Amino acid sequence: MSAKIITITSGKGGVGKTTATANIGVALASTGDRVVCIDADIGLRNLDVVMGLENRIVYDFVDVVEGRCKLRQAMIRDKRLDTLFLIPAAQTRDKTAVSPQDMVRLTDELRQEYDWVLIDSPAGIERGFRNAIAPADLVLIITNPEVSAVRDADRIIGLIEAEEKGPGKLILNRVKPEMVRRGDMLGTEDVLDVLAIELIGIVPEDDSVIVATNQGIPVAMESNSKAGRAFLNIARRLKGEEVPFADLGGSDGFFGRITRMMRAGGES
Amino acid sequence: MNFFHKSRSAKSAKERLQLVLIHDRAGISPGKLDALKDDLISVISRHIEIETDAVEITLTNDRDQHRLVADIPLVPNRKRRHTIS
Repeated sequence: MSAKIITITSGKGGVGKTTATANIGVALASTGDRVVCIDADIGLRNLDVVMGLENRIVYDFVDVVEGRCKLRQAMIRDKRLDTLFLIPAAQTRDKTAVSPQDMVRLTDELRQEYDWVLIDSPAGIERGFRNAIAPADLVLIITNPEVSAVRDADRIIGLIEAEEKGPGKLILNRVKPEMVRRGDMLGTEDVLDVLAIELIGIVPEDDSVIVATNQGIPVAMESNSKAGRAFLNIARRLKGEEVPFADLGGSDGFFGRITRMMRAGGES
Repeated sequence: MNFFHKSRSAKSAKERLQLVLIHDRAGISPGKLDALKDDLISVISRHIEIETDAVEITLTNDRDQHRLVADIPLVPNRKRRHTIS
């Protein structure tokens, strides 16, 4: 067994990296796969609260890097899903406490025993981002249907290609179908036209995400929300299943187009 | 324009994005392109008469290849004779 290492990144902050990491982690673990989520946002720890594991932190990732504990000791097992683990970020340090080589070395230790390692990247294109993508087998770029977020996603796509970590796959998050229908929000097709990248998920804007985050229960744990279902679908696609994309306000030709894209960009 | 009518702001978002990304990807700002255009006009004007107001310098790209496209109309013959004489 050898884990696939996936980094979730975006360039712009606040588009949903941490929420996506937590939920894709939950969705993959709910199929019985063994999943480790790593918070690579050193100094701005957040994945722990989104996953609802903040009260159980003893050691963090920097403790592991600096040899104060073993990797296993920093891993918090989720009590609700016993194949899901979190390695929290340090809160009192900064990105320079970890190097890209540290990331590669420590994630390699996880490869043998787990199916998936998900890395929640910090915003930006500096050291933290470089750390986060260093060990990645696949990079998921998350964006919102909004000019600033899409522009940053384009920049990230370029950087990932330059680092030979491409091609990444796109998650379009916080789509409001009603606004797309009335022509006031970029639709999936628009964003794909502009970015020319393969799509792996469309997540609708959903109040359940805020409620879930308030409670520390990721939406994907209770699959009856729209966003939760979208994250479960992303997990299925990561596992190689062909899952049709929901039509969130796109034009009539949307499905055919996406199907074509998937075939063209299909995984070998 | 009636702002209460369907505003279709997504269309302008897409157009603005496409334009800004062309500059981002090539690493050439609109200001730099303007400066280049002014230089081109002054160099070419030393040799031939051109319609300086109609000169268009644009960047195009797909992800692998950036291209600078210059559309430089010459002053039409009839006008030119007039100005020369």
